[in-house]
Amino acid sequence: MYPSRFGYEAPKTIDEAIAILDKYAGEAKVLSGGQSLIPVIKLRFAAPEMLVDINGIPGLDYNRVDPDGSIHIGALCRHEDLENNELMEKHAPTIAAAAPLVSDPIVRTRGTFVGSVCHADPQGDWAATMTAMGGHIVAQGPNGTREIAMNDFVIGPFQNTLAYNEIAIEAVIPAPKGVRVGSYLKLERRVGDFATASVAVSLEMNGETVIGAGIALASVGGRTIDATAAAQSLVGNKITPELIAEVAAAVAATAEPRTDHRGSSDYKRQIVKTFVTRILTGLATTSQKAA
Amino acid sequence: MTSLYDEVQAPPAEGVPTRRVTIKVNGADRTVDVEPRLLLAHLLRQGLKLTGTHSGCDSSNCGACVILFDGRPIKSCTMLAVQADGHSLETVEGLASASELHPIQEGFKEEHGLQCGFCTPGMMLAAKALLEVNDDPTEDEIRWALSGNLCRCTGYQNIVKSVLWAAKKMRAEAN
Repeated sequence: MYPSRFGYEAPKTIDEAIAILDKYAGEAKVLSGGQSLIPVIKLRFAAPEMLVDINGIPGLDYNRVDPDGSIHIGALCRHEDLENNELMEKHAPTIAAAAPLVSDPIVRTRGTFVGSVCHADPQGDWAATMTAMGGHIVAQGPNGTREIAMNDFVIGPFQNTLAYNEIAIEAVIPAPKGVRVGSYLKLERRVGDFATASVAVSLEMNGETVIGAGIALASVGGRTIDATAAAQSLVGNKITPELIAEVAAAVAATAEPRTDHRGSSDYKRQIVKTFVTRILTGLATTSQKAA
Repeated sequence: MTSLYDEVQAPPAEGVPTRRVTIKVNGADRTVDVEPRLLLAHLLRQGLKLTGTHSGCDSSNCGACVILFDGRPIKSCTMLAVQADGHSLETVEGLASASELHPIQEGFKEEHGLQCGFCTPGMMLAAKALLEVNDDPTEDEIRWALSGNLCRCTGYQNIVKSVLWAAKKMRAEAN
């Protein structure tokens, strides 16, 4: 498979990259990990005139936790950088749980967290994780930077709200109010396949009491599903089996799965319910032990 | 200078821009002119005649085209040749020396880790990347590290044994 012809530039600074995007007025695409973009151009689902390869721009490969507790992931942080990563295990357990489940180990050496969020695949692990954690994207364009909350960033399948001359340079997850806990579960037929259903949960705890809750779903609808509203009955309460059952049912009701070769829509909805129950039960046990 | 279009396709039409790139392949610098859309797997196979890198599914699934890019395993069908400019690649041709096999190759021979051999180059390079960061992997860790590489013959059992064999030999050699 061959992509259509395109031009290629490998700028050394973000400003240069933005200038090229600006010049091509919507006909240029940013190439970071390329693990979605290159297959898409090989299949000729996209035929950009120009690829702007940002891999040579220094200083974008970081993942760090700032003193205020906010998490920052640069545009060239690869999936594998977030695997077995002590900072993420401590401060962003949902990210730590999802990292080893993204695609397959070879794709993870190259694909990027921010690129995956921008790709906005309804099956994407990171868009769901960012949504559950209440993250935002920092976009840089000719007039400086702006922050875009996840719900305003991914607006549909493969659709984000970056302007043609903007680059997503960083993903940010704000500091938690209390202690952040969470997890990610994904059912896939085999490694690297599209998932049957995935659930991201991120809670903020004060002792055994939940003070903030975010849940998002991937692969069970035409877009990343923000189920945070369905999780709000957790807030202000300890996690009890009754509450888990209520939230799991409410979250499953937000799923919009379609029957396909990976399972019926009822089956997928049941998986969502089971995953929410498993994650919350696990978090309840850990918070009891910690308290 | 190598023309990369002899077998890949007709030479680029007049006016189609190419870029000159220099890539270290198995330790030697290679300078070539490539059209930006040329895939790295095709540069290796057709351009540089290194046909040990296999092109299996051509859709980022199978891992037969895995090579090491600055030491990390990547799918060479999912990277552009121009992206390798200034980088260092290792293909299966870089494993054996003139006189002896690499321990990973020996392991595949000793433990019957291949049948048709199509997936083997990718398997061996993914295994090499694993052993560089973990010289004593468990069977589970090997299965996990190779989970992006498909084999349609062996059922994986002997591939895992081959990597265990290689790890043991490489540890013994290091001591």
